[in-house]
Order: sequence, then C-alpha cells, then structure tokens
Amino acid sequence: MQVKDILEKHGRSPDKLIGAMLAYQRTTPCNYLTEDDIREFAKETGLPESRIHSVASFYSLLSTKPRGRYIIQVCRDVPCYVNGSLDIVEELERMLKTTMGNTTDDGLFTLEFTSCLGCCDKAPAMQIGDELYGNLTSSRLAEIIKEYRRKRHE
Amino acid sequence: MSEITYRLLTKNFNETDPLSIDDYISRGGYSSLKTALAMNELTVINEIKESGLKGRGGAAFPTGLKMEAVRLAEGEPKYLVCNADEGEPGNFKDRYLMENDPHQIIEGMLISAYATGIRFGYLFIRGEYAKSQETMAVAIEQARSRGFLGDNILDKGFDFDIEIYTGAGSYVCGEEFALLVTIEGKSGRATYKPPFPTTMGLYDKPTQINNVETFCNIPHIIGMGGKSFAEIGTESSKGTKLVCLSGNIKKPGLYEVPFGVTIRQIMQDLGKGIPNNRKIKMVQLGGASGPVIPETMLDIPLDFNEMRKKGLAFGSGAVIVMDERIDVLDVLKRIVEFFHHESCGKCTPCREGLTQLLILLDRFIEGNASVRDLNLMTILMDTMSDSSICGLGQSAPTAVRKVLEYFPEEFESRINDRAVV
Repeated sequence: MQVKDILEKHGRSPDKLIGAMLAYQRTTPCNYLTEDDIREFAKETGLPESRIHSVASFYSLLSTKPRGRYIIQVCRDVPCYVNGSLDIVEELERMLKTTMGNTTDDGLFTLEFTSCLGCCDKAPAMQIGDELYGNLTSSRLAEIIKEYRRKRHE
Repeated sequence: MSEITYRLLTKNFNETDPLSIDDYISRGGYSSLKTALAMNELTVINEIKESGLKGRGGAAFPTGLKMEAVRLAEGEPKYLVCNADEGEPGNFKDRYLMENDPHQIIEGMLISAYATGIRFGYLFIRGEYAKSQETMAVAIEQARSRGFLGDNILDKGFDFDIEIYTGAGSYVCGEEFALLVTIEGKSGRATYKPPFPTTMGLYDKPTQINNVETFCNIPHIIGMGGKSFAEIGTESSKGTKLVCLSGNIKKPGLYEVPFGVTIRQIMQDLGKGIPNNRKIKMVQLGGASGPVIPETMLDIPLDFNEMRKKGLAFGSGAVIVMDERIDVLDVLKRIVEFFHHESCGKCTPCREGLTQLLILLDRFIEGNASVRDLNLMTILMDTMSDSSICGLGQSAPTAVRKVLEYFPEEFESRINDRAVV
C-alpha cells in the first residue's frame, strides 16, 4: 500500500498523522519506515520532513530500522521483573538464537524490551503484535513460538 | 470477595457482556445521563463539587473545580479528553475499565461534556492496548446508534461525539500536555505550566482532561447524588479507589476499595499475603514514580491527606510488593532505566539528570562509590525534582529518595572507603 492511499483513508489533518504512520508501518514487510517513506509522508501532508522524522523516531511503536515479521516485546518493569521476566528473556534468546534488540536470521522474530504492558497481575508478560501473553513459563513460551512458526506457512 | 471491597465502578465486571449496550442499560446504565440532561449544567457541576471527587490519574485535583474552570474559560470550541494512556508500571485499572465496562466511560464523558459545554471529545488510548481500542470502538458505535452520542442527544438539544485516538508508545504522553500535543500530531513533549489545559489546552483551546477512572465516577455521583457519594471513604478522600496489586503476592489483581483501608489490608485480606511465607522487603505505591515503603509502614490508610503527611502518595493506585529476595539497588536501577528510556529529552535536568543518576547507581552496585557520591546523588535528585518541566523528571527520583530515607543501609553498606573521590 502507498503512503498516499493510507492518508486518503485516515485523513490528512495533523491529528491523523501518527495513526496513519502506524497503519502504514503495519503494511511494510519489515515493520519500519524507510527514509523514502518519511519523505513521502512529508510530501503528502505538506509537513516538514524533520517533523515527520521527529515523530517516527520518538515513539517506540514506530521504527526507523528494519525489524522482523513478529515483534516480541517483553516487559522490563518491576512487577514483571520480580516475577522472573529475565528468565523469560534468557529462554527466548536461547530458543530464537538471537539477543534482545535483534532479529532472527530468518527475519521472523525481533526481540525487544517494552515498558509496562498493563498486565502486571499476570506477570511476567509479553506482547506479540496485538496479542498479549501473561503468566509466562518456559513451556508456555515454547508453545507460543511454535504457533507463530507454524503461522508463517499459512 | 472480602468485605473491605466496595463495588461501584466495578459493579458490572463479570456480570455483563462488555460488548452489550443492553446489558449496561439493564443495570441502570445511561440513566444518570438522563438525570443530568434534565438538570441545569451548573447544578451538575455542583453535584460533582459536593461529591468531593478528586482526579484518579495521580494528581488528585478536585474534578468539580476543573469542570467549573473549563466552563468559565473563554474560547471555542472547547475539548474534552479522556486520558487512557495508562503507562505507569504497575497500573492496569484503566485497561480493566475499558475492557469490562466501556459504556461507563462514555456516560461519564457525556455528563462532563454536558456540564462544561463541550461538544467534542477524544479518548486517548495507549497504542499497546489493542483490545481496549476494539472494545471502546464497538461501544462508541453502539452509543451512537442508540442516540447517546451525536446530535440532539435524547432530544435534549445536546450534541456530543467521541473519537478514539491511539497512542504510539510513549510513557510521557500520559502527562497532559505531552498527550495533547500528540493529538496535534507532534512528538509528545511536555510544556511549562501555567497556562493549564483548562484555559489553553488542545489547539490552545480550553480543555477538560481527566483520567478514565475519574470519568467512571461521574455517572455514580449523578445517580446517587454528590452528598451520598461523599459518605463513602474518608474526610479528605471520597469514594472508592481501584487498586492494582502486583509483584510478589499470592493473588495479584484489580480490587476496588473505599478510601481508608490500609495497604496491609489490601495485601493480606485481598492479596492473601506473600507466596512461600517469605518476608516483605518493600512495597512501591503508585507505580515507578511512586515512593517505596518498608513493612513497618504498611498500616498507612489509602487517604490523600494521611499519605501526604508522611511525604507519600499512592498516585494512580498501584501496589507493587517485593519480597526479601530482591536486591534493592537492582530494582532501583530498573526504575531509573525506565525513566531514562521514557524521558522526552526536552529539558536538561530530566534528560541529563537520569543519565548521571544511572552512573551513580552503578557505582554503588559495583562497590566503587564514595561518601561524596551519596551527597552528589542527593543534590542531583533535588535539582531534578525542582527544575524538571513535567512530572516525569520531577518524580523520577522518588523511589531512590525513599530508599535513602527508609533503607539507608542499602547504600551505606556499599560505600567503598578507598574509592577514588
């Protein structure tokens, strides 16, 4: 999908900008905004390129670096931490053979830390895309990852 | 459920289908809106004032006064904003309110808008809350189709509509000005106050901005009357509070209690204590920006004044329990790293202060700190609290400060007398 089409759908007023950028990013294969995309948004909205770049680099749900198809975000805050979130991180890194902040070789998963997901009563928690997963254990992690790997072939 | 709970805002939880407007109406929903629309606008504001309701987002500003200020402010159009950018670590009450009883929020926003003379509102939901966004979108559409939103609501000549605005992942956007500039399509950075949003908010127009939980109280106040509402709770703190209990606790979860119950009651009666009979090390109130207290202070009641007297606050209602296994400085480092990541970077005391605070904390953790570092840290934290633009930088050092006050040995025991000063 083109930047232009997204803006047609969302509207071109400034209050629609961030929503449009998020929606556009979702359609890209590597979950990020390229420099060309940013230029395109500037051209289409008439806003300065610096302003678009400032928005793209400020918010953690927007990325200016390529990422995997599924982004696994593990909560790093205290309620999850005291319930063993670092063990979950270790387990994920081992299972996916990559480290936090990086993407698997097959481009399927990116591992990220996130600020509190508002799921502290089910700590430790993580989110993949729009799906929230709480009360994580290593066996549950294995199931979840298997499910996403299977999904790829659908 | 124990008797220390009080179901007002959560009365429909697990009793109704959140996606059914008929369920909401069958349990008295939207009847407060009808009551309000039959009243004079100023009478509605007076009921809110009489109820003693204070903002539930953490700042505890009297809601009725805020509404009155917006009503009196000059400038059109005025805006209503519901702050559902819940991001304070340890808090999940707004998510529960949106996903379990979405119409309660809409009704609260409607009554507020009627009283303050506002015709348009944004519901700002954080980007990470996908299910909340979906639930609220369905509820808003239902309310429109039943004539609760739109033009000439209930044939009373009152127009109001709500648009959902989705955040893009930023804690500082919970701060009201950062939230408002985000809606304007900019990167969310805080601004000096005054002017406050009540006179100069969204697009520089008078804006009423309140937390989700605050709006949820409004239909109940109109339904039972401000006076009856004020009978719940304590002298300084009226009504109920949603408490988000998490950490090392047997039964974490969301609990609604009247003001006045103690932190110990919440942990013991509702949370059922610490797993495996471990001892409590400390409890953090409010979230990452809140104070930590030792076990000996757990009998403090949930009450704005009692807390303030002891230099404490419970913010938006998180209670994070940490047992004896934790390393206190390690936890502090997590908290400071959180603020370091979320600082918008606009003002120096916050941006650079957090960087320096992390360096100092590391010195203690690595055993390379001197007595001078302890003094330096105190001066640094005072500077941050005194001169940061917004609440983020001002409150970021709270936990470190409280550890110095209640657990000084955690720092003192790690001072290396031979460290190079």
